[in-house]
Amino acid sequence: MEIAASPFGLLAMTGWLWGWRRWALIAPPFVWLAVFFLLPLGVVAAISLAQSADTIPPYTPLFTHGPNGLETQATFDNYRLIAGDLHAYVNSLIYAATATMLCLLVGYPIAFAIARAPKAWRNPLLFLVILPFWTSLLIRVYAWIAILQPTGLLNRALRAFDVIDAPILLINNNFSVVLGLVYAYLPFMILPLYGSLSQLDESLVEAAADLGARPGRAFLDVVLPLSLPGVAAGALLVFIPAIGEFVIPDLLGGPGTLMVGKVLWQEFFDNVDWPAAAAVAMVLVALLTAPLLVAQRVLERQRPA
Amino acid sequence: MSRRITLFRAAALALGFGFLYLPIALLIAYSFNASRLVAVWGGWSLHWYSELFRDDKFRTAALTSLEIGMMAASLSLLLGTCAGLAIARFVRFRGRFLFSFMLMAPLVVPEVILGLSLLLLFVASQAWLGWPASRGVVTVTIAHATFGACFVAVLVRAQLAGFDRSLEEAALDLGARPFAVLWRVTLPGISPALASGWLLAFTLSLDDLVVASFVSGPSATTLPMAVYSSVRIGVTPEINALATVFVSVVIVLVALAFGLIARQERRRTAAG
Repeated sequence: MEIAASPFGLLAMTGWLWGWRRWALIAPPFVWLAVFFLLPLGVVAAISLAQSADTIPPYTPLFTHGPNGLETQATFDNYRLIAGDLHAYVNSLIYAATATMLCLLVGYPIAFAIARAPKAWRNPLLFLVILPFWTSLLIRVYAWIAILQPTGLLNRALRAFDVIDAPILLINNNFSVVLGLVYAYLPFMILPLYGSLSQLDESLVEAAADLGARPGRAFLDVVLPLSLPGVAAGALLVFIPAIGEFVIPDLLGGPGTLMVGKVLWQEFFDNVDWPAAAAVAMVLVALLTAPLLVAQRVLERQRPA
Repeated sequence: MSRRITLFRAAALALGFGFLYLPIALLIAYSFNASRLVAVWGGWSLHWYSELFRDDKFRTAALTSLEIGMMAASLSLLLGTCAGLAIARFVRFRGRFLFSFMLMAPLVVPEVILGLSLLLLFVASQAWLGWPASRGVVTVTIAHATFGACFVAVLVRAQLAGFDRSLEEAALDLGARPFAVLWRVTLPGISPALASGWLLAFTLSLDDLVVASFVSGPSATTLPMAVYSSVRIGVTPEINALATVFVSVVIVLVALAFGLIARQERRRTAAG
């Protein structure tokens, strides 16, 4: 290996040369994340076992001093309630899956077109794909409210062209939530797809054509299978954040739009039921980090020791 | 390749970018609308901009957001760079698995959970340690720096993967100490990742509604919180004006940053 060309290189790579000093690099972020990410999750786990109360803070203590010494008041009631009604979780998964599929369908042609564009165009086009991501999500969702609401631009345009007689309901329903999700997360699908498609060897497509494959056949048998890593990465980048999304179901959804992020928010802010919100959070954390832990284990195993 | 496919590609680009940019374009156009009704064109006017600049609520919130954004981005850069370097350079150390889990998990954990968990921590530590006495700019900055650092770490790690290790080795062979190598070889070498990392953390902080809503107190209202509360009441052209200002500032800043990075890369490839 090239890195091992010098003895210092090998030592530097394994961190030995750094000695105790490497902890100067590791410790600050490690401690910070332990205190402000891991510890809070522990607090959430603890409070998810409490019950809501009219106190400040609004939950019962987990342990109290009773006649028999320390007594616990921990309860799994909040989890029982969630297990009895999994609607919000199932709905979130359905919304996220639908949005992911649509992002793939909309994003693939765009990523393909960018990857096949003249070289000088590619970076500016990619820049244009990323740019909306740098502007506020709230503002982009707000833009859709102005378009979709009953007195909004789309209804007015449709009526002006006599397509419809009365305003149609375009907002506060499933349609507007999925539209908002697709709009917000499309760049996350396009970028990894572009990554895969731009590395694709064009001569493979030409070879398929020379062997008599029609463009559609060549696409299905050559291009699509080779772009699957990009498809998988894009799907994850859209699907995972979409599950816990709050702003989009809140502003574009209706009273019937049940998504976990919104339910958690309502339990916390509207019902002031902190333990219930904590339990909703714990189930969602388990749902989202379990695959990550598995993936990480696999990756660490593959890493040459 | 047949012409039909080229047409297909042009159509994909036109429709795709139309979908991405039409809502923003309409938003900007209607910020110059004289009418109060969002969908009725009442002629050109800068009325909503003068209304916006007179509005103390948005100005204070914007300043608060800028303050939090700059502090959180700088803190993120510091923590994230350390983390990215450690993960990329130190192949084995005690707690590496936990460390890389803590760096990745905030990227997949929804904002509602990051916000809720940090708020519950702050409430608990206030009860036990008396800190933080009140929630506001400091607590929001801490929260934003936490997820910002993870994004910076990803960028730093990615850039280090493509970094020429022999430069570091040469410096070591010439007798430089590890910290000197880090400071004078490695960090300058990954400066594009550091610049885009700071910018990303800053933007994420400026954009965040959910986490700030949880961990902030009555003393600090960020810009997204102010926008959210007025959007919930109803659509007003003042928000269009605000959005236009915001989008223009972002476009100018991001274009400048990318231009600088591109120029630096070109210079490096020309020199190399």
